[in-house]
Parts: sequence; C-alpha cells; structure tokens
Amino acid sequence: MDYLLIQMLNGVQLGLLMFLLAAGLTLTFGIMDLVNLAHGSLYMMGAYIAWTLIGLTDSFVLGALLALPVTFLLGIAVEVVVMRRLYARDHLDQVLATFGLILFFNELVRAVWGPAGKSIAVPALLSHTVEILPGVLYPAYRFAIIVVGALVALFLAWLVARTRLGMLIRAGASNRRMIGALGVNIELLFSLVFGLGAVFAGLAGLMAAPISSVKIGMGDDILILALVIIVIGGIGSIKGAFVAAMVVGQIDIVGRAFLPDFLKTFMAPAAASSAAPAISQVLVYVLMAGVLVWRPTGLFGQRN
Amino acid sequence: MKTKLFGPTTIAALATLGLGSLPVMAQSPIKIGFVSTFSGPQAAIGEDMRRSVELAKEHLGGKMGGKPFEIIYEDDTFKPDVGKARSEKLVLQDKVDFIGGYIWSNVLLASLKTVTDEGNTILVSANAGPSQIAGELCNKNFFSTSWQNDQTPMAMGEYLNTKGVKSLYLVGPNYAAGKDMLAGVKRTYKGTIVNEDFTKWPDQLDFSAELAKIAAAKPDGIFIFYPGAHGVQFVKQWAQSGLNKTVPLYQVFSIDAITLPQQGDLALGTLGAQEWVNDLPNEQNKRYVADFKKKHNVYPSYYGAQSYDAIMLMASAADALKGDLSNKDKVRAEMKKANFKSLRGDFKYNTNQFPIQNFYIQEAVKDAGGMMTVKTIATAVKDAKDPYYEKCPMK
Repeated sequence: MDYLLIQMLNGVQLGLLMFLLAAGLTLTFGIMDLVNLAHGSLYMMGAYIAWTLIGLTDSFVLGALLALPVTFLLGIAVEVVVMRRLYARDHLDQVLATFGLILFFNELVRAVWGPAGKSIAVPALLSHTVEILPGVLYPAYRFAIIVVGALVALFLAWLVARTRLGMLIRAGASNRRMIGALGVNIELLFSLVFGLGAVFAGLAGLMAAPISSVKIGMGDDILILALVIIVIGGIGSIKGAFVAAMVVGQIDIVGRAFLPDFLKTFMAPAAASSAAPAISQVLVYVLMAGVLVWRPTGLFGQRN
Repeated sequence: MKTKLFGPTTIAALATLGLGSLPVMAQSPIKIGFVSTFSGPQAAIGEDMRRSVELAKEHLGGKMGGKPFEIIYEDDTFKPDVGKARSEKLVLQDKVDFIGGYIWSNVLLASLKTVTDEGNTILVSANAGPSQIAGELCNKNFFSTSWQNDQTPMAMGEYLNTKGVKSLYLVGPNYAAGKDMLAGVKRTYKGTIVNEDFTKWPDQLDFSAELAKIAAAKPDGIFIFYPGAHGVQFVKQWAQSGLNKTVPLYQVFSIDAITLPQQGDLALGTLGAQEWVNDLPNEQNKRYVADFKKKHNVYPSYYGAQSYDAIMLMASAADALKGDLSNKDKVRAEMKKANFKSLRGDFKYNTNQFPIQNFYIQEAVKDAGGMMTVKTIATAVKDAKDPYYEKCPMK
C-alpha cells in the first residue's frame, strides 16, 4: 500500500511539472491561436537562468524566485520581437519560425553557458525526507514540487475563473475577434499571457533541474508530451490541461514502476525494461486518439 | 572590386595545397585519432581523457618511434551514429595510424567494423569493453587498455560475497554496457538477487520509481552502474530518498574522480570496484597522478588512466619498430606484448587482446586537503580473465 502511494505521488509530481509546461502552451495556443514549439526552450532557459542566479545569490530559493521575473521578461521579449509577427500567419509558418527559435536558444545556451550540462543541487533545506504518513517516507524536494505545482494550479484556477484578466483569457479562447472588436487591448493581453506562460515553463524547468540536469535541448522531449496533454485536455482549457497532465503522469509511472515487473514474469529483465516505457508511451497516444474520436476538441475544449 | 573565382592567387593556392599533400614519408608524423564525448552532459569524461592523452604526449616528449605524433580529437556527441561517422572520417580522410578512445559500448560497437575491417586500422579502446568484442566479434585490430564490461562488476560480486551481503537489488541503464554490468555481478555474487531494473538510456535521470521499489523491497544492498552525469543523479536521489541511511550502495563506474566533485559528502564511504585507482603504488602511476593534479587541481579518473595507457601502448609498438608502422602484422605483434609501463602495473594480453589484470575495491574518502577521492582498500581478484575469451576465434 505504502509503495503504491509513493509511486502515485511520483506520478502526481511528474504530472504537475508537465501541467506547468502545458498551461502556458494551451493558453497561447487557445487564445492567440499560436503554435509555439519554442515553449520547451523557455523551460530550458528557466533552468539555465536559475542556475546562474542561484550561483550568484548562493541560495536556491532566492535564485529561483529571481529567475521567475527574468523568464517573464524573456517571454515578453520573445513575444514582442518574434511572436507578434506570427499571429496573422498560418500554422505552418508558426511551426517553422518557432522551430527556428528552438535552434536559436540551443545555440545561445551553447554560446553563453557552454556545451556541458549544469547541475543544480537540491537545497539543503529540502534534501531530507518527510514522513507523509506514519512510516511512509517521501523526498522533501519532490514533495515541495507537488506543493508548488498544486499552488500554481489553484492560482491559475482563481486567475481564470475569478479575475478580469481571466475573463478576457476565457473570452479570447472562445472568440478572439469579438473581444478585439469590444475594445480590449489585445496586444497587451497577448504579451501578458505569453509572459505568464513563459514563467510557468521556466518554473517547471528550474524545479525539474535538481532531479534531472540542466542541459541543452532539455525542453524538447518534454514539449512533445506537453503538446499531447493540451490536445487531450482541449486547447485553451487550463482545467483540461490539469486533468490530462495528471492522467499522463500516472500512465508514465505505471509504465516505469509496475509494468516492468509484470512483464518480467514472462520476459527477460532487459527486454521487459525496454518494452514497458514503450508500452506506456503508446498508451499515452492511444489515450489521445481515443479522446479525439470521442470528443474531437479534447476533454474540456470549446466546441465550435 | 569583384574577385574572380579562379584568379591567379587561387590557382597558386590550390597548387601549393596539392604539393603539400604529396607523401613525404620520412617527415610525416604519426597520426592518432581519438574519439570521445566532448560536448553535452557527459563532456567531463571526454575532457579527463583528453587531459590524460595530452599528458602522455608530454611524457613522451611529443615523439614515438623517433617521429613526432599528432592527435586528432573527434566528438561522438554521446551518439552511436555520430561516433561511427567521426571514426569513418578519421580512417578515410585523416588516414590515421591508430584510433583510441571510446567511452560508450554502444558507440564502440557502432564504430568497430568501420575502423578495424573496412579501414584496417588498429583501434585501442580506452574504456568501453562490450562482451561481443571480447567473444565472437573479437578482432585482430582491436586492443583494450581497459577491461571487458562484465569484469569490474564480477570483482564487486566476489567482494560482496566475502563481506556477507545477503541480498542485492540491481539497477542499471538499458544499453550494451548496462546489460553486461548487471550480468557480470550476477556471475559471481552468490546471495539473493531481489530484483533487477533497467532504466532508459540516456534519457532517464529521475530514479524516483526505482528508489521507491528498492525501499519497498528492503534489500541488504543496491548495486548500480551509472557512469558520469547519471551516477551523480542516482547518488543524490538515493540520499534524498533517505535510503542512504538504510540500504548501502555498491557501485561500478558511478562514483569516481569525474562524479565526486558533484556527489560530495553523499558518496562518502561507498564502495566500488576498479582495475586502476589513483593510489596504486607504482612509479609511473605516482608521476601521472602528481603531474595531472599539478596541472588541473583535480584527481584523474580511470577514464584518463586508460587513455594514457592507450597512447603508451601505441608508443611501445612505434618504438619497437623505430617509427615504421607500414607493416600492420608487426605492429599488432608488438602491441600484443603489452611491453609498456601501464599505470595499473604490468599486465599481459589474453587471446582476445583484453588485459589479464587485477581488480581492486575502492572507498570514497576525503584526502588531506578535504577533496573527495577514492582509495584502495582491498584486492578483489588477481589476474582476472574475462568470461568471453574462449568464444573468440583468435588463439
């Protein structure tokens, strides 16, 4: 039982990281109708910026907190310099331009931080374990990721459902032209939303850094999963992104924790270990295909 | 002013280039290609190897067999296909006399035939030792200055028997070397294997799922093989999960001079097996470690020591043949003698051209200056042969 709980928490922790990435992606896609492949680059930049600031301030929390406004400004800069020119273009142009941005950011990191990866240490405050239930230990840092992720999710829910900005975001997701016609400053709204997305991506990147590593292209793999999540959840829907991220997180952990042992009962260990992640990856795509057949706009997508 | 594409200067330049490339055998230097990982998260290993190769060059006075030699470094970027392409370039374009290096078994396996068969060039592996090349794929043009993958974990297994560790949980990456390493420890370890997990290589750096399984299984020890950046992550997460207080970690290639600066105190007291340790008491090793430390302010690793040995092995053949490497049969015959001062002490080559050598148990400790390092605490096995040499058709 304890074991099951810990593995489920691992799934929740992974799901929340992916939710942070997917939230920004689904907002930009839903509201601005912008396919932003470079969202993974913002995740990477968040981690590198945090690495630098943590080194300068000699404190994880301070460095991480300072990294957030910097990623926000970076997001705004990217929006003003590049994205703004792409809104009126079709999706293929956006894919090409943002793919170019991925290459640009990867080379930028190589030039500024060098080709070798960096590592961020888990802060001393969180490098122990917490007893979540009597006798059940869980790494404090991972627990902190869950807490921060959950707080951000609540904050986003509040922002979208209860504030004027959220109302505009929801309105933008259902009908962009209409809110423009009603006199809303679309340019400012878009910049803000993009910057917000960048902050969440950067936060996911810097929180993931101590449990993986800070390296060039670190956002590229997780971006694909984030795209799948927003398609499952429904483009433009924060709630959808949250639900889909949780489901995908659990599928991933099943594929890593339970499936290999099951497969080992009738396969060689090495073969079972290769097959299990492949099967869980396939499951994610099967889920996406199933959702698209059942509800073509995703679980919580706007139906036009 | 417009520049004509084929102006007189261009033609002159082309002509000079053409003349320059005419073979001038007497003065032409010996060329050595060196393939390793110089970019990405594992670049620290390649850098340690490069430093050791440069130190070997310095100790040789830049000459082998009376001729100057040059080293051409190529970056495999940690990918088999890139490693193969870079090896091909060294053989076909640079026409090197030897190729050394190769950290990764999968990169070596991808590159082997291109170098040894199509290129008829002698390859000295300074690290990777996949079981296939020790057995049925053994090759007259292949020499190792490291070990066969199974051997180091086999030595660890022997030691765990004497230490009385009753049960073991095995974790390693799912690629050629990972499979060999876990197979190796199972060859000698007599206790219970609780479970064995293979993780996705090289993508997986988050070991939360595996550590949770280990915590639930409550083994007497964990055995891991996670080189470089992966070893850093595993040790950190092992400590964060609290398992460092209950389940000791036994390792091969996961806690070393490359990873210790980042693992720090978390690694203190962990045991591992290795064929070379920085405190082995022979003269050449003392000189190598001292010079390396003086230059770079860090300890060298076995990756570096094996690379140093690879260059010294090539030099021993070139010296014996007075720099004439044209007859490959003679070069191979000289190399087979292993007639050089290896940093691990003298060794002999087996029929498959892998070393017959000792393996030691090392502990992670702090040196007098407070720097993390490893020191020898026991000899695990003596004059060990790998378990595949009888499958090699070469006799």
